[in-house]
Amino acid sequence: MIEQRNEEPLLEQEFTVEGGDFIHAGEVSSKIKKILKEIGTSQEVVRRAAIATYEAEMNVVCYAKRGDFHLAITPERLEIVVQDEGQGIEDIALAMKEGFSTASEEIREMGFGAGMGLPNIKKNVDDLLITSVVGEGTKVEMVILTKAVKVKDE
Amino acid sequence: MTLGEMKDILGAEVLVGSDSMDVEVRDAFAADLLSDVLAFAKEGTLLITGITNPQVIRTAEMLELIGIVFVRGKKPDEDAIKLAQIKKVPLLSTRYIMFETCGRLFRNGLVGCIERVEDDRAEE
Repeated sequence: MIEQRNEEPLLEQEFTVEGGDFIHAGEVSSKIKKILKEIGTSQEVVRRAAIATYEAEMNVVCYAKRGDFHLAITPERLEIVVQDEGQGIEDIALAMKEGFSTASEEIREMGFGAGMGLPNIKKNVDDLLITSVVGEGTKVEMVILTKAVKVKDE
Repeated sequence: MTLGEMKDILGAEVLVGSDSMDVEVRDAFAADLLSDVLAFAKEGTLLITGITNPQVIRTAEMLELIGIVFVRGKKPDEDAIKLAQIKKVPLLSTRYIMFETCGRLFRNGLVGCIERVEDDRAEE
């Protein structure tokens, strides 16, 4: 479960990612990374956020019709929430397992779809909640604490 | 070693970043799987790969890699080269296969960005 923030965000921004758009895949992550650097976020947090956001963005591009990214930054933490319209995930626990993948040959040829994305997101964030409705879409909520040192969950 | 020395060792062609040849390369990661690169490569690492699509440049941007060496004589398409120019990611292309590329660089003192994965990965 995601712990709710107790402060108003200093900065909030929305981005949209189109499913299947492999040419522009990564642009939203690039923008978010730039914002984080500009406001002086620590290098380690920028890096973890960039990796988690890029993995989430590639997931939207590879598997969904579209995805809305919501970035919120407070003095304590940054939240990135991705709500996509797409096929959804039937078994989230299974999708979290390293090596499990439903990727097409096309996605694999690009160097993705190895079943590492969601586990890698988990590795890079402090709090992660994935909820999904099959046939409608998936919501990925990621929280990175900007002041605390990353503690391995569970 | 510097990117320039690496270029000589590999007989590589510089596609992007000819002004960065004095940049020092600390360590490297080699893979054709970008998912693995995202999971294991460290900041400032050199990437050795046969993947040439724009996503490899994005991956380098996200991880702040020091540069990319394409093996087996591969070269990325125009979109990827443009993106690398914008993001200032040095790109080199060598005709050596990945094994030879890694071997030659290792023999000349370049090491992996990690030696091996942690034991606990198997249990997760």
